[in-house]
Amino acid sequence: MPVTRGFFGKRRDAGERADRLPPGQYDTGQGWPTLTAEVTPHLVPEQWTMTVDGHVETPTTWSWREIHALPASSYVGDIHCVTTWSKFDTTFAGVSVDTLLEAAGPRPEAAYVMAHSTTGYTTNLPLADVTGGKAWVVWEYDGRPLPVEHGGPVRLLVPHLYFWKSAKWVTRLELMVKDRPGFWEQNGYHDRGDPWLEQRYQGDP
Amino acid sequence: MTDTAPAGAWTTGRLIQVDRPSDRLVRLRFHVEDRVDHWPGQHYVLRLRAPDGYTAQRSYSIASDPHDPLLELMIECLPDGEVSGFMHDVAEVGDEFELRGPIGGWFTWTGEQPALVVVGGSGVVPAVSMARYAKRLGLTDRLRVVAVARTYDELPYAAELERYGAFLALTRENVGARVAHPPYPDELVPLAEGVERAYVCGSVGFASFATRLLGEVGVRSDTIRVEQFGATS
Repeated sequence: MPVTRGFFGKRRDAGERADRLPPGQYDTGQGWPTLTAEVTPHLVPEQWTMTVDGHVETPTTWSWREIHALPASSYVGDIHCVTTWSKFDTTFAGVSVDTLLEAAGPRPEAAYVMAHSTTGYTTNLPLADVTGGKAWVVWEYDGRPLPVEHGGPVRLLVPHLYFWKSAKWVTRLELMVKDRPGFWEQNGYHDRGDPWLEQRYQGDP
Repeated sequence: MTDTAPAGAWTTGRLIQVDRPSDRLVRLRFHVEDRVDHWPGQHYVLRLRAPDGYTAQRSYSIASDPHDPLLELMIECLPDGEVSGFMHDVAEVGDEFELRGPIGGWFTWTGEQPALVVVGGSGVVPAVSMARYAKRLGLTDRLRVVAVARTYDELPYAAELERYGAFLALTRENVGARVAHPPYPDELVPLAEGVERAYVCGSVGFASFATRLLGEVGVRSDTIRVEQFGATS
């Protein structure tokens, strides 16, 4: 591809963190941009529940109180949005998706997950991308309750994939045998969304 | 209309026309190689490439009608904006850029449903594409646009939107008998009548205001499609 006349790039100052920036991304610094396609819902935590079902041995639902009684787990690290910002050194806390799956018991044929939000938003993920300490259901950001515009009171967190996979206002993980596209995936975005491979849109490698 | 939004791969766009309607806005018109016709509301990714291979890319809503021979973007220059600043300060007619699009299948309107579009600031851009499309196809009775800005001069495409019958709500400038104020619910009630879909585009704060306002005038939240930009701090 040809060079853009007169362009040299401003954001080369990532310094020692440059190797933490996937291709085509920039460091958003202290800001946290938001991307939402629907009206932001205002959930009452006491009325929210989290369910794991589909191809599992024991479909299981947790209340807000019950999920808080599970072993706590946190993530400290970077997040990457398909709209090209990355945010370094975030801290989220909640529960590991492994803990939820352990209770529900995925059947051997389960290979994919559809995350469902209270708004009707969905996103699909390979099961392998939400197991092995790679995914969380979180309600705290930076030691405080997760703000509503960032998915509060509770969202999925899959930080090694583009952030649309980290469904805001998550309420259900449905285990599936076959993959099927979620909301953005039906609207032109990639089924897996690995930022290091720049899997932004359908048709990317 | 098919029900799958069109999508295009990376291609080259040659800048045919550039103008700067204000010190914060730059209007860019490209000839796009192998262009795929878009739906109103879709966007393109614009990528800049430095001599050492470093790239920066951002998404911008399309302003043009799908039948416009050129692709038009209107970019707001953000403080320290790496791409918007370059396009504002450096880009010239004849320059070539990497473009990818059209992209996005959600925030689109192709005229099937009567729609109310509430947009703020540079969020008017997709509404301009929708309004131009409606004008060309004689669908203006199905599209109602409410554009919110601080002043008339700060609103991109203000005169054109006015010609299409859009309601301009200015928050820092009086217009005739209307005292500067964000849109009131009673100003939206007649526009919301009979709409089957609503679109909101603007900053995070604007989107929150506009969706609340639509709710107050009886628009169901599950009919509202939102596109917002900018950060929370």
